[in-house]
Amino acid sequence: MVEQNLRYRDDEPVGDPAVTVDAFADQSNATAVRIEPGDDARALLPHLDRIALVEVNFPAYTDGRGYSAARILREHGYAGELRAVGDVLLDQLSHMRRCGFDSFAPNQPISAEAADKAFATWPDVYQKTVDGRPAIWAKRHPA
Amino acid sequence: MYQYDQYDQAMVDARVAEFRDQVERRLAGDITEDQFKPLRLKNGLYLQLHAYMLRVAVPYGTLNSRQMRMLGDIADKYDRGYGHFTTRQNIQYNWIKLQDAPDILADLASVEMHAIQTSGNCIRNTTSDQFAGAAADELVDPRPYAELLRQWSTFHPEFDYLPRKFKIAIIGSETDRAAMKLHDIGIQLVKNDAGEIGCRFYVGGGMGRTPMIAPVIGDFISPLQMVSYAEACLRVYNRYGRRDNKYKARIKILVHEIGADEYRRQVEEEFAHILTLGLEPPAAELERIKGFFEQPGFDANASDELDLSDPDFALWVDQNVHAHKQPGYAIVNISLKPTGGIPGDATADQIRLMADLALEHSFDELRVTHAQNIVLPHVKKADLYAIWQKLDEAGLAAANLDLIGDIIACPGLDYCSLANARSIPVAQKISNRFADLGRQRELGELKLKISGCINACGHHHAGHIGILGVDRKGVENYQLLLGGCEGADTSLGTITGPGFNEDGIVDAVEKATDVYLAQRVDGERFVDTFRRIGMAPFKEAIYAKETANG
Repeated sequence: MVEQNLRYRDDEPVGDPAVTVDAFADQSNATAVRIEPGDDARALLPHLDRIALVEVNFPAYTDGRGYSAARILREHGYAGELRAVGDVLLDQLSHMRRCGFDSFAPNQPISAEAADKAFATWPDVYQKTVDGRPAIWAKRHPA
Repeated sequence: MYQYDQYDQAMVDARVAEFRDQVERRLAGDITEDQFKPLRLKNGLYLQLHAYMLRVAVPYGTLNSRQMRMLGDIADKYDRGYGHFTTRQNIQYNWIKLQDAPDILADLASVEMHAIQTSGNCIRNTTSDQFAGAAADELVDPRPYAELLRQWSTFHPEFDYLPRKFKIAIIGSETDRAAMKLHDIGIQLVKNDAGEIGCRFYVGGGMGRTPMIAPVIGDFISPLQMVSYAEACLRVYNRYGRRDNKYKARIKILVHEIGADEYRRQVEEEFAHILTLGLEPPAAELERIKGFFEQPGFDANASDELDLSDPDFALWVDQNVHAHKQPGYAIVNISLKPTGGIPGDATADQIRLMADLALEHSFDELRVTHAQNIVLPHVKKADLYAIWQKLDEAGLAAANLDLIGDIIACPGLDYCSLANARSIPVAQKISNRFADLGRQRELGELKLKISGCINACGHHHAGHIGILGVDRKGVENYQLLLGGCEGADTSLGTITGPGFNEDGIVDAVEKATDVYLAQRVDGERFVDTFRRIGMAPFKEAIYAKETANG
């Protein structure tokens, strides 16, 4: 099992091994699932209430499909752990967090201090996403 | 012009700090060149053949004099005293040292500029009509919408690792001066019968090795849903664009392979979902931005009278000055294509002079055009002669706008690590061959575009005459294309046949123009004649055996 070194949740980590998206549909007791870049995250939407962990694999950091997968899950109400695994590098952490990831299992370890600095890169953000941060336009025009 | 508030400024300042940290980590050896590459590329820093090249964003091609002056100062301070304006309305510096790059970004940030997302597989600088806010034929000023897109696309967390780079252009006139249909997304602002503004989304155009003209995907999207629609277009692309082959990774391939109808269906499904999320900036934000683009304080009594007794001035006015929507005013095009020059290059002194002229005569505004020229958008006709004299003294008065001397060319193998052949010497030879302005004017509008490789940064597919440099067994070889065109009647050029060497391509261009002169009927441009008579007569002339006295 991959060593988990960055997690931003208060609940207990899920111990179950993550199964593939294909296998998940047939295993009614599975609570953890792993999304590969080519998988359609929407296939999980009917099952969100029984999932406690979604791992999104980044075989190469340059493949950005996982960012969309993460946002789609969060936009549809997924509240469990969303973990980026694989080729996850320091300079991608901030954007990943904005897309809904709340835990990270990088191939190369990243220190908690470095990660905190990365999350604080942008004083504000231009877009509303799923991380709850108000977009700059919302700050300019308070309701 | 748009001005940063504290939020915009904090974002570019944060970027400078982030990049300074990344460069320090690289210079200290904490990260490898492989890890650093995508980081520097997102700041427009390329490693070219001889040095680092820095590409600075000019959002929708719009600058004030302070920004333009800074571009000149950077050329002096960190480069070799010149810069290169590009087909994406940006500027590039060719001789940059890595350790200087953070300081350059800091200098840029001090005048509300940056190099954010000028490279990499992300949403690039949004381009627009260089005559925006000034053109007589304008329906809607596209700049506020372009600024909205700039903010939305800046550090967009979901679309930073797309299958490939992504270019958006937006226009608001009938006349397309931005090659809008040859972009990943081209947006045309239109009005319906009720006078309401809508965004027509063309998606999946592009040049490169597989040129395509974008089909209409969204016919009339509300401007208050423009960002959400763009978000939907991008999400479908990010999820389903090809990643197995970088040459098939642009959105045009996706749209082509699944078809415009299926792509539209997926976008609409995503769009319906996104509309429920409230991602769109409110109308008040668009209004706030529009406030920066109020028309300048024109002199209502400005005269349309113009003394054209100086024949050289008269020629320049005829060729380089465009109609303005305000009586008594004109749009000045400054050609960066002197005879034998490098297309798009300007010296630091020239850049500063243009800044001074903008401050004094054009309500502090300049534009960069995708044809690698500079525009002073709001000039009083009474000031034209004085401006022309100053431009002439500085070598900036070439009266060749849209003529064969107004060549678009990429940097080519003289600088670029992707290039297969040099573009600049070919441009210079053609420019010299057609140096006679009378001859250029006789040929009329003739857009000649040169790319030094198949990536088509020089837009060769869209040239009335296009030239593509290729590598043939280690020797530079140039293919000739005819009949390309941008704008409302966008078409893609066709290759004439076997390629030529450097001198041969210049001769071939000349032969093509001879065919046009012999065959044209009244009022036809080169491209019109080509469309009417077809390739055969051109091919025959270009590949005819030399005669004994030829």
